[in-house]
Order: sequence, then structure tokens, then C-alpha cells
Amino acid sequence: MRILAFLGRRLGIFALSLLGASLLVFAVCAALPGEVAAIILGEGATPEQITKLTAQLGLDRPWLVRYADWVGGMLHGDFGTSYFTGQNVLQLMSPRIAVTLWLVLFSLVLSVVIAVPVGMLAAMKRRSWIGFVTSGAAQLGMAIPAFWAAIGLVLLFAVHLRWLPANGYVPLTTNPAGWAAHLVLPVVSLAIVQASVLVRYVRSAFIDVLSEDYYRTARAVGWRPFPALLRHGLRNAALSLVTIVGLQLASVLVGAIVIESVFALPGLGSQLLDAVSQRDLSIVQGVVMFLAAAVLLINFLVDLSYAWIDPRLRAGEQR
Amino acid sequence: MRRFGLWLGATLVTVVVLMALVSLVWTPYDPTLVVAGQRLQNPSAAHWLGTDAMGIDVVSRLLVGAQTTIVVGVVSVSIAAVLGVPLGMLAGQAGGWVDEVVMRVTDIAYAFPALLLAILLAARLGASPVTAMIAIGLATIPSFARVTRAATMQVMSTEFVLAARASGTRWLGVSVRHVLPNIAPLIGVQASVTFALAILAEAALSYLGLSTAAIVPTWGKMLRDAQSVMFNAPLQALWPGLAIAMAVLGFNLLGDGLRDLLDPRLREVR
Repeated sequence: MRILAFLGRRLGIFALSLLGASLLVFAVCAALPGEVAAIILGEGATPEQITKLTAQLGLDRPWLVRYADWVGGMLHGDFGTSYFTGQNVLQLMSPRIAVTLWLVLFSLVLSVVIAVPVGMLAAMKRRSWIGFVTSGAAQLGMAIPAFWAAIGLVLLFAVHLRWLPANGYVPLTTNPAGWAAHLVLPVVSLAIVQASVLVRYVRSAFIDVLSEDYYRTARAVGWRPFPALLRHGLRNAALSLVTIVGLQLASVLVGAIVIESVFALPGLGSQLLDAVSQRDLSIVQGVVMFLAAAVLLINFLVDLSYAWIDPRLRAGEQR
Repeated sequence: MRRFGLWLGATLVTVVVLMALVSLVWTPYDPTLVVAGQRLQNPSAAHWLGTDAMGIDVVSRLLVGAQTTIVVGVVSVSIAAVLGVPLGMLAGQAGGWVDEVVMRVTDIAYAFPALLLAILLAARLGASPVTAMIAIGLATIPSFARVTRAATMQVMSTEFVLAARASGTRWLGVSVRHVLPNIAPLIGVQASVTFALAILAEAALSYLGLSTAAIVPTWGKMLRDAQSVMFNAPLQALWPGLAIAMAVLGFNLLGDGLRDLLDPRLREVR
């Protein structure tokens, strides 16, 4: 029963977090009476026109009604409509979700693929110059803004060597090779920074493993250090790594917003920035809520994955 | 080896602070003076790092950019500390449902990193340095609250706190006289690391054009300008990027170094 109680509690926290996040987004984006109409109509609008448009947009209703309307709509997959063009926000977002998804997914995977071996090396060699160099490199990587790394990579691989395109995007279905080529630089620039952050966590997670009895036993019966760490340490370290990767997701997502802007990728980030500059609050509201919900959902799934990774938690089931 | 990090961090931070201080009284040229005939000049005796696409002296802009960096860092870290520390102390001392509520609220806040919150606020209030500072400050409250909470719990379990409470010292007295002095160093560490985060967030916001007015020189804004001329003048992107990396590295190393200094046990582990 322990696992059911665990799942129930986690589900409750997830639902409450979504509620809290939606209240925050709504509180910031919910326009004051007349505000949106004034922006749409521009200068020189008469108070009568503003009142009329506000009523048309349904913005004269009490905030609780508008909030319930918005949340109710989202539960049915309706993220609202743009105040300016009247287009459905979800329809505007849907072609862009894939772009951001690929960018975030590949960056996360690449950063884990880089960080785990480097972090393990840094842990095992922490008393030698190799450990010092890897930690120093991770510190440097953390200090570099992803968009600066991006500019540097564009200069090298697009301008100087001409191996890869400098910006733009091609859908996977149109041209798989072009799609991949356009994603390489954005993914690498985002992953460099993320991997540097991860290396530090991987390192300390594996340093914990190195002092465990099971590792010493494995070494005593003849396992070499690296295989012993892989065979026995990875699963133990995985618990803290999954947590960190889950928490990192939010920063990868905001990193993606900036990187999309550098490479002119038509993703959710560039849509959000466009909406901000046009002050289309309904689009901002929809996109931010979508991103926040995605982060909360992943962290919920991360919580659930503990039950799968950690047999100790599953063992509680039989009790 | 670790002391090396602390000293390097302190040195880099000092350099950034000095840049900002010097720029208050002196810059080689007016950092906002557009000289049409001097666009994109190479480094020379007159302009040590050359001029940018508007003919403005790069060194002057870099120096003044340090001001923005320091101001944004100080203000956002102060917002985060002033709100996050009492919240963490409350959660750590009260425990029970108060603790639960505070922790769950910080969970939600993790879904809104500084940059996303800043974009959200900019949509509503318009983009300005003040919006950026408020957003970065608010978004980093949770990390302050968590660090403070953990440290407070540790202090609360000590015997001197038990003795103080047994002798009738009230909650506020315990907080001010016993908890705060003991957790202050850790808050200092957190402030340093958060400062680094604020610099990165501000740079990204300026780069996206969401922080400052066009004429105020910031390092992120310089990178944005540099990107539009990067095919002709790649060096333009080098200096502001180096400045950001230097400042962030400095505050991160300073924070890590201080943490190791405070807790020698961590020195081996980290």
C-alpha cells in the first residue's frame, strides 16, 4: 500500500502545482478592464469603443469567471484565442511544439551523454590533475551564456568552415537531412552549458558511490574501477541524476527560448517573444502556461520514476 | 587547489566591481556617443578594443556595462534574500504544515525560472531593467528559502537553541540571536551563486531586447549588436561574452570557495 499512498500524494501535489501555476500566470496576464481593448484600438479610441470591445472580448466579466473559463477551456484543449488575430492559440502553437521539443530533447540527451562519463572520470580522478581540469572545464562551461556559445559555433561551423547552416529550420517530414543539419548547432550550444551543470552533480553522486561498501566489495572481488562503477554505481547514482535532469528541464526550456531566437527557429520560444513584443497577452498566457505545465508534468513523472528505479520503494508494496 | 578557486573568484569579482566603479568617474569615450565615421574600427591606440557598429568605443561600453551587471545582481539578490530568508527560517522553525506549504509553493516556482518569469512580466509591464530585476529576484526566492530552511533546521537541533528556548526566549529572539548569525555565512554563499545566475539571466534578457533601453550599454545588448555584424567583425562578439563569462565564473567560484571554507568536510567530497 505504501506505493499507492506515494503515488496518490504525488498526484495531489502535481494537481495543486498546476493550480498554483495557472493562478500565477492568470494573475500576471489577466488584463485590467479596458486594457486589452485600448491596446487593440490604439491611440485615439473613444471610451465607448473601448467599453464595447471589452464586452465583446468577454473581459468585463468578474476575474473568477474568466479564470474558470480559461482553465475549463485548457482542460478541453482550448488555450484561448489571440486578441489581435482571433486565431486559436493551440493551433498557433502546435506546429511550433515539435521544433522546441526536438531542441530540448536532443539537448538533454546530449548533455547527459557528455556529463555522465565526464562526471564519472572527474569523480574517480578527483585527486589528480585530470579531476582538476574537468572541474575547471565544468566551471567555465557554466559561466558561458548559451547564446554566446551559439554565436561562436555559428562563426566557426557556419561562417568559417561552411559545414552547417547558420540559422533557420526545415521540418523533419520535408527534408530529414536538412532538419538534422539545422538542429546540430542549436542543440550543441544548449547542451554544452547543460552538460557543464550536470557534470558537477554526476561527480558528487559518484563520489558518494565510491565510498559505499558494495563498490569496495566489487573492487575487492576483482572488478576494475570503471566497470565496477558502471555495473553497481550507475543505478544508485541514477536516482539523484534523474532528479537533477528533471529540475534541469526548466532551465533547458528557457535556454531553448534564447537559442531559438539566436538561430531563428520557429519554436514556442520565438512565438512567445513575438507575442511579448506585440503585447498579445492571450498568446503569452497560453504559451507560458503550456511551458510551465510541461515542466511540472516532467517533474511529476520524475517523482514516479523513483518507484521504478528504486526497488526499495517497490519492496514496500508487499508489506 | 580549492583555495585557488576562491582567490580566482575573488579576483574576478573585484575586477568587475572595479570596472563598474571606474566607469562612474571615467571612460575613455562617451559610451553612448555615436560616431558615424568610425564604425567597426580595429583595436588601436585610440580605441583599445576598437569601435562597434555604431562607432562607439568598445572599452567604454564594456566598462559601463559592468554597472548594469552589478546593479541588476545586487537588486535581484537583495529581493530574493529579503523575502527568501525569512520564509526559509519560518519553514525551518515552524515545521509541520507551514513547512509543507512553503515547500510546495517553492516547488511551483521551479516551473518559472528567472527568464520565463521575466518574459511573462515584460509582456504585462513592458520590458525594462526594473521588470528584469524584480523577475530575477522573485524567481530566485525558492533557492534562498530552501537553503535557509535546511540550515535553520540544523541550527534548531543544536543544544544552545534548546537551552535558549528552555530559558523562555521567544521565537523572534531565537531567530535573531541564534539562527540568523549561524546561517549568515551560508546565505552569503547562496547570494554569491545567485548573483552569478542573475548576471546570466540579465545578459539573456538584454540579448533578447527585454531588459534595457536601446542606449544603455549592457553586455547582453552588446552581444545582440555584435551578432548582426558577426560576418564582418567577429571580434565584436568576443569581448562582451568574455566579460559575462568572467563575472559569472567569478561569483560562482567565490560562492563555491566560501562554501568549502565554511565546511571543511565538503572539501574532500566536492
